[in-house]
Amino acid sequence: MQRDFEKDKKNMVVVEGSYAVASAVKSCRPNVISAYPITPQTHIVEDLSQFMADGAIPNCEYINVESEFSALSALVGSSAAGARSYSATTSQGLELMHEVLFNVSGMRLPVVMTVVNRAVSAPINIWNDHQDSISQRDTGWIQLYAEDTQEISDMTAQAFKIAEDPEILLPVMTCMDGFILSHVYEPVVLLEDDIVAEYLPPFEPEFKLDPKNPKTFGAFADPNSYTEFRYLQQQAMDKALKKIEDAAAEFYDLFGRHYGGLIDTYETDDADIILMAMGSIVGTIKDAIDKLRAKGVKVGLLKVRSFRPFPVEAIRNVVKDAKVVVALDKNISIGLNEGALFTETKASLYNTKIDVPVIGFMIGHGGRDIPTGTIENIIDEAKKVIDSGITVESQFTDLKEELL
Amino acid sequence: MKSLLAPGHRGCAGCCDAMAAKFTLMAAGEDCIVVSPTGCLEVMTTPYPESSWGVPFIHSLFENNAAVASGIEAALKSKGEMGNTKIIAMGGDGATLDIGMRSVSGAFERGHDFTFVCIDNEAYMNTGVQRSAATPFAASTTTSPSGKVSFGNIRPKKNMPAIIAAHGSPYVATTSIGYPKDMIRKVKTAVDVEGPTYVHAHSPCTTGWGFDTSKTVEVAKMAVETCLWPLYEMEDGEITKVKKIKNPKPVEDYLKMQRRFKHLFTKEGGDEFIKQIQALADENIVKFGLQ
Repeated sequence: MQRDFEKDKKNMVVVEGSYAVASAVKSCRPNVISAYPITPQTHIVEDLSQFMADGAIPNCEYINVESEFSALSALVGSSAAGARSYSATTSQGLELMHEVLFNVSGMRLPVVMTVVNRAVSAPINIWNDHQDSISQRDTGWIQLYAEDTQEISDMTAQAFKIAEDPEILLPVMTCMDGFILSHVYEPVVLLEDDIVAEYLPPFEPEFKLDPKNPKTFGAFADPNSYTEFRYLQQQAMDKALKKIEDAAAEFYDLFGRHYGGLIDTYETDDADIILMAMGSIVGTIKDAIDKLRAKGVKVGLLKVRSFRPFPVEAIRNVVKDAKVVVALDKNISIGLNEGALFTETKASLYNTKIDVPVIGFMIGHGGRDIPTGTIENIIDEAKKVIDSGITVESQFTDLKEELL
Repeated sequence: MKSLLAPGHRGCAGCCDAMAAKFTLMAAGEDCIVVSPTGCLEVMTTPYPESSWGVPFIHSLFENNAAVASGIEAALKSKGEMGNTKIIAMGGDGATLDIGMRSVSGAFERGHDFTFVCIDNEAYMNTGVQRSAATPFAASTTTSPSGKVSFGNIRPKKNMPAIIAAHGSPYVATTSIGYPKDMIRKVKTAVDVEGPTYVHAHSPCTTGWGFDTSKTVEVAKMAVETCLWPLYEMEDGEITKVKKIKNPKPVEDYLKMQRRFKHLFTKEGGDEFIKQIQALADENIVKFGLQ
């Protein structure tokens, strides 16, 4: 699926990543927006507030809540009442939402939320890594990660389509790297209202809070039924694997842009070394690959777009003939000394006939810059694994020994 | 009148929550949506796949029912479906005065058109009678027990109606499940007034307070008759109506009905605490002009 850049160029405007997201949300015709400001998510909610102030989002209420906890709680009510519901947050705000995240997914409410990825305190840090959303991986939300501002904008419409599908009914987090994407100005094609209207049908849930047809939401489930609620959530996640692909393909048909469905690949067909990553680091990795390919190094990239559901089959298919796989993680499970992508990739290959060594690098914590040279060093380490096997399975990257 | 809360729920005999919910629905009618936090009311009325609710009902979490109600109101408004539908958040004292305080404050400050009914049974009953900010002075609970050096809870009740009134709520009322007509009238007034309105219903819990299951209404009435629970209405922050108590009964009459105050009558020094509780009632008489 090739993007027609020449066609898109005519429609491009230079805007901040946050504006592109806010504009995409507007085009998706939300009924209720509920959010609490937190850096670096603020520009999204400011732009949405300005749209509201200008009357640019019809049939919509914006709730200026008193906390992230209430931001998402209000959307429990609005979504259950049949409203297309949106929020945005990051870091501490997302962690504060933790309890509500489980509640939204357990009640099968198709809320869409942009997470502007940021490190978590302590130490307090406002810059980008993925610890905030990765720490919410078991809350039952679909998690999609975007590479650039065009993708996060387009992903917003895809997210509503996936979430509200009657066979799915799961909330979706669309994740964009804080500052790196949220505050960067780039040429972007903003979503066109008329095409979005064609792409995204109105939200009409089968059940909603309606006095004419009273239903009970959020009932109490004892051991006789609780298991089945969990099973059905997992089943919906399984179905989402195809829906995410379909949503991306259908988006391509109407808009002409495609970034992969569950995953995307770059130069992986003959690759001995395959790097895996999520988010904006993917661009840096592609640059490094271009440089090394020119020198004859057979290196490629597997971009993971959907972290939940985790694309086990898709990953197996790409890495099965590689000589080494390297997972890059902007997060750590402290006590395991591994990032989540690394751990889950290893788990995806265990109990299969695929026999490829996997190593992990934790990178870019708290916004630490990731230059191309760092990626090249990592690729050098990967070459050593091909030659002489794994010496260090998982490690921090660019540690400053003088600070320890 | 058709009851919108079906019988057969799992509440205790003499349950105050069931009465409060029933009276609220009698006032609001069929065209309403109810939001409940985690607690006895939600647990006893919605064991999946059963539900006692004849109106749309949603339970989310313990501390967010006012925020959920905000979202429902926003949804109906945005979609042009508000009509005459009443949105009612019902919550116990813990969900209202303690853990849900932030979301309650936010929803009232924002001015959503909804009614909050606090079912105040003065402790965390669903988890086994632990102290809340609404537990009265000298009451024994499982986390403020009387003991060798303790006469129970050392703090008076948090004045939630005043806090809500300070948010600019156009209508705040106290009521008691011992006075169904009073409660129904006040909830009806509250749902009919536009904006965020508040009804605080004193609700004796047979299990937590320790009295016979047949005595719920009697205990509730005695709280009012001793002036420990004054019934009043506030419009735009001013008290406009008060239920007069011509011949207030001594607080002992109320305290001795309940196991949670038993230590005041059996422990040496208990009479001093009873005097302090009487002083609280006397203060109410002056403050609210109950006579």
